[in-house]
Amino acid sequence: MKKSVAVESGKPVRPVKAEWQLRLYVAGQTAKSAAALRNLQRLCETHLAGRYEIEVIDLLVNPRLAAGDQILAVPTLVRKFPEPIRKIIGDLSNEERVLVGLDVKPVPVT
Amino acid sequence: MTAKKDPGPASIAKAATGIEGLDEITGGGLPRGRPTLIVGGPGCGKTMLAAEFIVQGAVRHGEPGVFMMFEENAEELAANVRSLGFDLDKLVRQKKVALDYVRIERSEIEETGEYDLDGLFIRLAHAIETVNARRVVLDTVEALFSGLSDHAVLRAELRRLFRWLKDRGMTAVITGERGANSLSRYGLEEYVADCVIMLDHRVNEQISTRRLRVVKYRGSAHGTNEYPFLIGTNGLSVLPITSLRLDHPAPAERVATGIPGLDRMLAGKGIYRDSSMLVSGSPGTGKSSVGASVANAACARGERVMLFAYEESAAQLARNMRSIGIDLERWVKMGRLHIHASRPTLQGLEQHLVFMYQAVRDFEPRVVVVDPISNLSLDRDDSGLKPTLMRLIDFLKQSHVTAVFTSLIGDTGAALAESQIGVSSLMDTWLLLSNLEANGERTRALQVIKSRGMPHSNQVREFVFTDQGIELIDVFAAEGKVLTGRLRLGAQGVPVADRGALAAVAAPAKRKARR
Repeated sequence: MKKSVAVESGKPVRPVKAEWQLRLYVAGQTAKSAAALRNLQRLCETHLAGRYEIEVIDLLVNPRLAAGDQILAVPTLVRKFPEPIRKIIGDLSNEERVLVGLDVKPVPVT
Repeated sequence: MTAKKDPGPASIAKAATGIEGLDEITGGGLPRGRPTLIVGGPGCGKTMLAAEFIVQGAVRHGEPGVFMMFEENAEELAANVRSLGFDLDKLVRQKKVALDYVRIERSEIEETGEYDLDGLFIRLAHAIETVNARRVVLDTVEALFSGLSDHAVLRAELRRLFRWLKDRGMTAVITGERGANSLSRYGLEEYVADCVIMLDHRVNEQISTRRLRVVKYRGSAHGTNEYPFLIGTNGLSVLPITSLRLDHPAPAERVATGIPGLDRMLAGKGIYRDSSMLVSGSPGTGKSSVGASVANAACARGERVMLFAYEESAAQLARNMRSIGIDLERWVKMGRLHIHASRPTLQGLEQHLVFMYQAVRDFEPRVVVVDPISNLSLDRDDSGLKPTLMRLIDFLKQSHVTAVFTSLIGDTGAALAESQIGVSSLMDTWLLLSNLEANGERTRALQVIKSRGMPHSNQVREFVFTDQGIELIDVFAAEGKVLTGRLRLGAQGVPVADRGALAAVAAPAKRKARR
């Protein structure tokens, strides 16, 4: 089952799709997948607040979805939009690398 | 050289590959429920072997399979496999085969932090469940090494993957590139330790040959040689196709050779059915004509004949044989005679032999003529080819085929024994044709060097072409000399004026010698 964890930072859900559509593939509730989701949410809140949407896909529940996005490793974060598709594998612990991978301009620390 | 051993009681369970010859070498197939590593350079047939393993498993052995590919996509694979005559798409529709193309694009992947390859495991498990697979192919899992930078994780995961396949009882084939210092480039043999098969593609004197060797097979006897193999229109064929056991039957029936004089030399009845005959001689001694005579006689008996011509085209052969009163074209039109003419250099010997196997199986002839066998092999300084030839002869015997091989040898007698050493011992009957030169005249002679299991004449016969085939004439021995040709005619008292007609004394003078 798709589990949509749309974190919209308090604002009402807009009808249009979010500017950043991210999909996180995990396999069950492992420490790695939990860490990845935590790291991703923190990063998005910091740098993409209000402009993102995260969809978490558990491959144990939905194995056939793995082939579509060519998933091999878990966790894998897929940037579905903006195009082109990019993938980041691992628990996303290195924020700088994730930002580079997603091509997100970091919000300067105030 | 034991190519086949009956698997003993202690032997491990095996899964037949369905690939001709490979199951012979391995004594039944690949280790069941375990992974097998197939290594080889680019273009040596790894994918084809793996694909046939899956297809044959699904079609012939009732074992569905999963083909997970990392290098080409499903359409490309299906197209390639179609060239072997297998319809992969149909098998997919029938849920006998599952395909999964795993694409790794280094440029679009960033790595940060810990990960594992559970995604791959899940995909594989999903595919296995979809078709209830018993067989799995990973082709080429090494592609992961270029896609992922953390090789330590990758190695650990591959180890886990092979373990996982084993636990599930999958008979797996894992392909890998050949490495410079190890069997495979990334040392996969460390993980897949049960069975390793190496493929090779070598070019020797501009003729390329694929070869296969079972490097290792834990818990099983296996053929250790390098065996040639071919990717043909019906899939892979590894030589030997037949076993090396000498257990073919030996019929007592005799068949005429089409040369009455020769039949007389062989106790009046000709050669044994299903036996093999070698006809060797230097250039121009009439080897092809002997072969054609045998073919002609068999066709006249209503038998099917296959003639492999490696020196002349079918039309040329038919024309030349017509000059000695042998009409091959008639049999070709009736469908009794198939002539396969090709250049020996077109392919390696092995390819020719595999082609012969297939042709003989399809056409089921009673007589096969190979003209000449020497062009295929004996000029080449490759001792490994002789066993291959031996297998062909055994195969023909087991297929109940009477075989005639011609062989070109040098003019000198010394080269004779040497040049024929590889094959003459395999032959039941050996004819030697030679040129005799005396007094400015060259004549042909024939002798039976051996003919197993029958009394045969030890005398040299003069070999004469007439427009009604080949005739053998007793030579004239006088004063310790053997006389042939005009000298014989002279000694037999034929007037000088008639000696131009080089024929049997008993024959009418109008019969004319040819060539």
